[in-house]
Amino acid sequence: MSAVADTHGHAHDAHGHHGGYSGIMRWITTTNHKDIGTMYLWFSFVMFSIGGLMAVMIRMELFSPGLQFFNPEFFNQLTTMHGLIMVFGAIMPVFVGFANWLIPMQIGAPDMAFARLNNWSFWLLPFAASLLVLSFFMPGGAPGVGWTMYAPLTAQMGMGMDFTIFAIHILGMSSILGSINIITTILNMRAPGMTLMKMPLFCWTWLITAYLLVAVMPVLAGAVTMTLTDRHFGTTFFNAAGGGDPVLYQHIFWFFGHPEVYIIALPGFGVISQVIPAFSRKPLFGYASMVYATSAIAILSFIVWAHHMYTVGMPVTGQLFFMYATTLIAVPTGVKVFNWVTTMWKGSLTFETPMLFACGFLFMFTLGGFTGLVLALVPVDIQLQDTYYVVAHFHYVMVAGALFAAFAGIYFWLPKWTGKMYNETLGKIHFWLTMIFFNMIFFVQHFLGLAGMPRRIPDYNLMFETWNKISSLGAFGMGLAQLLFLYIVVSCIRNGKPAAQLPWEGADSLEWTHLPTPAPYHSFETPPVVK
Amino acid sequence: MAHVASTQAQVRQQHYSVPQPMPWPIMGSTSLFLMALGAAFVFNDMRAGWVSIAAGFVLLLYMMVRWFGEVIRESEGGRYGRWEDVSFRWGMSFFIFSEVMFFGAFFGALFWARVYSVPDLATLESQALLWSGFSAHWPSAGPGFAEQFSPMSAWGIPALNTLLLLSSGVTVTFAHWNLIANQRGKLLLWLAATVALGVTFICFQAYEYIHAYHELNLKLSTGVYGSTFFMLTGFHGFHVTLGAIMLTVIWFRCLKGHFKPDHHFAFEGVAWYWHFVDVVWLGLFIFVYWL
Repeated sequence: MSAVADTHGHAHDAHGHHGGYSGIMRWITTTNHKDIGTMYLWFSFVMFSIGGLMAVMIRMELFSPGLQFFNPEFFNQLTTMHGLIMVFGAIMPVFVGFANWLIPMQIGAPDMAFARLNNWSFWLLPFAASLLVLSFFMPGGAPGVGWTMYAPLTAQMGMGMDFTIFAIHILGMSSILGSINIITTILNMRAPGMTLMKMPLFCWTWLITAYLLVAVMPVLAGAVTMTLTDRHFGTTFFNAAGGGDPVLYQHIFWFFGHPEVYIIALPGFGVISQVIPAFSRKPLFGYASMVYATSAIAILSFIVWAHHMYTVGMPVTGQLFFMYATTLIAVPTGVKVFNWVTTMWKGSLTFETPMLFACGFLFMFTLGGFTGLVLALVPVDIQLQDTYYVVAHFHYVMVAGALFAAFAGIYFWLPKWTGKMYNETLGKIHFWLTMIFFNMIFFVQHFLGLAGMPRRIPDYNLMFETWNKISSLGAFGMGLAQLLFLYIVVSCIRNGKPAAQLPWEGADSLEWTHLPTPAPYHSFETPPVVK
Repeated sequence: MAHVASTQAQVRQQHYSVPQPMPWPIMGSTSLFLMALGAAFVFNDMRAGWVSIAAGFVLLLYMMVRWFGEVIRESEGGRYGRWEDVSFRWGMSFFIFSEVMFFGAFFGALFWARVYSVPDLATLESQALLWSGFSAHWPSAGPGFAEQFSPMSAWGIPALNTLLLLSSGVTVTFAHWNLIANQRGKLLLWLAATVALGVTFICFQAYEYIHAYHELNLKLSTGVYGSTFFMLTGFHGFHVTLGAIMLTVIWFRCLKGHFKPDHHFAFEGVAWYWHFVDVVWLGLFIFVYWL
């Protein structure tokens, strides 16, 4: 424990002079992983609110058949920007925020390996996000091509498309730099005795996620660069008249896009793998198999991309290969789900807010996985391609998977970060409201999709009205429930009751056992010894 | 004494150098924002964008000089030991891996065009419905491209360029050996030779582009052949240029007496990068020029 006292002393030192900067400049110039983590988390909440507002606007338009509020062009811009902002602005940064806060503390490191690069990784984001949002105000508006930015639609958009392309470049840079930092931190900064197979699972999932990011973000950069040159410099990568092929774009995009799904999901798996054991008061069941399953998912994610494009006119051999490869992913994912359930088996379970979100995750994410298996089957997918069934499927993965895991993690670590407890009753209310409204929005969309309602269209057949009304009401409720979340977090920071040193008795990673609550400004200036 | 030395070697360095806050990262973000904004305007025929691009570029240069300058001062001041050195090694390796994947996207486009899309445009179905009379061959500018062009032949300048880059990989290794042996004179000589080979490569490449545009009628807009040819070789040439600039910086650092025989990761990182552009070139030579 001497390391703790030691760092505590230094913490006061450092608070006095943040490298000579104070006020806003402290945040702009900081090299501290906790400051940067905090900025990531708030940034992602801002983007989550903007993206959420767009979702509410989409559901407003879809409340009734016919055109109510927006013209179809603007509706397309809303769906596109909702997707891009939620994926790149909200879900990815929230987990990088977790990584920044937790990885150095969990492996016993003084900070991230490249502290200044870490600052840059964050500060690229607000600029890229500004480019993305500014595109709404350009002639022609924001791109209305869908978040996947398929050619040849992208050949037609106005200046907003170029803004989006450059935003993707900068977001990609941020992700790559951040990932290099995370990989290096985990490989090189572990305290003596902290072997790879002793790391908390959150670190493992991030190590693998970061590897995926370094591998695929440059590919996305290549894809949008080709789009840019096709638009402005006369290249014909995606133009059949010049010997190119629009389908090529889809291949390159989904070579990025499918690993991206796991980039979003895996850190959430890591969070859940720490929350469930803590509230079951048992160690995680099958730690090693969890590590191998995560690696297997990451490897498989590189050979399944074309299941997003069964209907482009692919040879049957290709369809079969991608169908089998995709269904294979169910095996390691199943290992994970069974391990989580088995961890709870005969545990001394309590259901505080983090555990509620973890259980919500377990049920809802598994549903999303099952619909994924349905969509992986070529004959079914040909029917369901571009219907609301697909929308429902990936929102079960993105929202009930990644977002619920993020909520679980925020409630779980909030006492460690702030030194204060959130209001447990309000937290539980937030969970139940989110859970109910989430299912209200998306469960019914399975029925809409099976009945044939196409996605990305502002109008629909009269027969779809009832389910759409329910879905829209759910969206409004879900939006309001997130205001409650903001209130819970702010009131926790402002006037929460002081948290106990170990608020969750089952939590056993280094940040709980070796550091005081709240965590000091600098964690481990000298590495702790891990047995 | 031997015992003491061995335990000292076993004790791990206790303090990792966590750097002080600095304003350069946000300056880098601002510069990228300005350049992106400017480029979006210029690409849409608004020339005012050039002002933004220029401002962003100047800011970027200033940021790099100040940021790297600070790191170099820290490094020469002895702030980075073995532990930090390993971080730099991991960081550079994964950076190069990301670059490999970036080129992978463009190689993927090349293979797709050659193996799939061009032959597909000459199938009976495409012939009947879209472009009758189009026959699949490589190089091809696609069925919609009317003008004649000549492809770039492999056994002229490109072969010479291969020789140049491969030799530069050897010279940079000689320079490295001399750095380890603390032979500063030879180090400077071999490093200068490496830069010279790199610059010659870039000049040849520029000449080749002029030749392509003026005599072969081979342009960026020459269908998928022109697209893949210029994008692949262009991005590669850009990387060679960056590598040559980095080598030049390292040369001046060597001249100022920087680096020690056992502590010179900046040199090694640049050498790795140089080998990386070398390997990419081999891929280009084989699949873009030769086969």
